[in-house]
Amino acid sequence: MAEIKLESVAKTFGTFTAVKGVNVTVDHGSFFVILGPSGCGKTTTLRMMAGLELPTSGRILLDGEDVTVLPASARDIAFVFQLFALYPHMNVRQNIAFPLRCQNYRRDEVRRSVEETARLLRIDHLLDRRVGGLSGGDRQRVALGRAIVRRPKAFLMDEPLGALDSEFRKLMCGELRELHDRIDATTVYITHDQLEAMAMADVIAIMNQGRVEQIGTPQEIYDRPASMFVADFIGAPPMSFLAVRASLQRGARSIEVDGVPLEMPQLFEDRAEGSLALGVRPENVSFADSAGLRGRVIGAEYLGTTQIVTVTTANGQIKARLPSGNAVRIGETVGLALRPDKLSLFDAVSGRALSSALYGGLHG
Amino acid sequence: MSTPITAHSVAEPSSRSKLIASFLVVTYAVITILPLLWIFLTGFKTPPDSIAYPPKVLFEPSVEGYVNLFTTRSRQTPEFLATLPPPQTWYERLVRSRNMVIGGPSKVVPRFVNSMVIGFGSTFLAVCFGTIAAYAFSRFRVPLADDLLFFILSTRMMPPIAVAIPIYLMFRHLGLTDTKLGMILLYTAVNVSLAVWLLKGFMDEIPREYEEAAMVDGYTRLQAFFKVVLPQATTGIAATAIFCLIFAWNEYAFAVLLTSGDAQTMPPFIPFIIGEGGQDWPAVAAATTIFFIPILCFTILLRRHLLRGITFGAVRK
Ligand SMILES: Nc1ncnc2c1ncn2[C@@H]1O[C@H](COP(=O)(O)OP(=O)(O)OP(=O)(O)O)[C@@H](O)[C@H]1O
Ligand SMILES: [Mg+2]
Repeated sequence: MAEIKLESVAKTFGTFTAVKGVNVTVDHGSFFVILGPSGCGKTTTLRMMAGLELPTSGRILLDGEDVTVLPASARDIAFVFQLFALYPHMNVRQNIAFPLRCQNYRRDEVRRSVEETARLLRIDHLLDRRVGGLSGGDRQRVALGRAIVRRPKAFLMDEPLGALDSEFRKLMCGELRELHDRIDATTVYITHDQLEAMAMADVIAIMNQGRVEQIGTPQEIYDRPASMFVADFIGAPPMSFLAVRASLQRGARSIEVDGVPLEMPQLFEDRAEGSLALGVRPENVSFADSAGLRGRVIGAEYLGTTQIVTVTTANGQIKARLPSGNAVRIGETVGLALRPDKLSLFDAVSGRALSSALYGGLHG
Repeated sequence: MSTPITAHSVAEPSSRSKLIASFLVVTYAVITILPLLWIFLTGFKTPPDSIAYPPKVLFEPSVEGYVNLFTTRSRQTPEFLATLPPPQTWYERLVRSRNMVIGGPSKVVPRFVNSMVIGFGSTFLAVCFGTIAAYAFSRFRVPLADDLLFFILSTRMMPPIAVAIPIYLMFRHLGLTDTKLGMILLYTAVNVSLAVWLLKGFMDEIPREYEEAAMVDGYTRLQAFFKVVLPQATTGIAATAIFCLIFAWNEYAFAVLLTSGDAQTMPPFIPFIIGEGGQDWPAVAAATTIFFIPILCFTILLRRHLLRGITFGAVRK
């Protein structure tokens, strides 16, 4: 167990800056997920935590100790790679025992730890097999076994489920989280799959282009996205945005969209005239004939119990999640009711969310 | 291990094309093996049989060639031979029947030892240096890496013998002429460039994650190199070693130029066997056969490594 802290850590490769000043604290025993699109710097950040890459600037603290330039071997951290990186010239037992062998454990101790770990992961029947012939899931378990066998301070996992098929991923997600709780570990987990992140994380950090956009619990991130990027990245389908030009006063409770006043959470900051984006999640949109905001239905996607209906308005498209029992005709004009307490307002230029009652004055 | 079940593949070649392919392979093998076979047979012919025309395919085998190879002999008059005590050993008797007496052992054994020491020594060094350099080029940001690699390769862009004269002068100046050390250094220098290039390809194939995993597990880079990288690179190292040994073993021009006695290897030695008197082809063929054995064994020993795709399937691509 350990606390990992990054203080304005940056990494530049040649002329390209992959990580631009990241501040992150991973608490003791938390399951911390870094989520972001491909190439946003997740792996680079994790590799710096592990000591496989030296930061260009900034500090890395492990349990309060500055480990910024400490080599990987001296950090007592385990790393699970995207490709598992099992040694093909060794069998399962030797693979799991490998981390212990370098620390001069006694033979019987190694044996005992390896067998205990294998039982924990339910791979004790595979111990004498070569790793080449194992299925993806078993390989994954061996890689985890190699990570947990020496009980390190923290686990760093770089998309460990990326190579598995979706059915198996769900199963492993559950197992991983359970394992984390059982051995009381601190885990940093990378993924670009938001469902995986939502399902497992205590805390999620959303990264984009080398920056951390938002850190919070899965619910915070879903309900109160700090930027248009986060709002758009999280949720399937993501948040819809209506483009609005307006000037607003601190304390405002409504905004005019295409001449129709819409109720929204109380605003905590002043806005001069400018481009704004009103964000609404599909489940907070419903059809109401009386509503002032009108739009034309241009598509419907059937999802079983619900359907996603796309409506185009003068200010942009809105997606609504409706029960699939509601009959919807393409081309019909409908009225749209948006749940007032769940609306987010963004600066359309910077993408930043404006401070409001929904955000509890979180920033601003 | 269960037997793998193979499905019939659409891409499987038809039986006719397989037939043609095996015919071509067999023909090629026969064409290349025939001269070697001829040399092997000649080693067991008597000198008259070896130059008989038309060539003899069936003949009575004799070890005269081998006896001649390992001994020095002198021709004597029958009168003198009659005064000698009767021959003690089977090879003395054989030599005596040709009106000759054995003067002593020939130089073939020390020459053969020279070849072994120089061939394997330089191969070992070239592969060691090559492995280390290839690892560095593959893993670290070496300044001017591309230029350096090009420079290393450029040493192979002309035949090595083109620099024979400067090397000859250097060796004479340094006192390396006709020393095993000198030959080992020379062959190592020539082979290192090949080794670096071959091994860099193999090193690039080994995922960095392997060493990185070892390093987060508490190993230093050096330990990770020995425990993880080297076992992964066996295939490449074996292939490289074979290529290096073949060059060092067969090299002729420098050996002629730079060795004459103590450090002489087999290639310049074999032509000397032909002898002053009649041409002793069986002895030459015997020498060639013996010369061929170590490299054959070495290749067969390492073939297992060459064919064993140990990394196959261990990393999911
Ligand atoms: N050693 C390197 N040299 C140069 N550029 C690099 C290096 N490592 C990473 N990069 C670049 O840094 C950026 C971030 O890479 P990183 O691997 O951290 O992304 P990621 O978020 O893990 O993406 P993915 O989801 O595809 O794994 C990428 O644009 C990548 O090309
Ligand atoms: Mg990555």
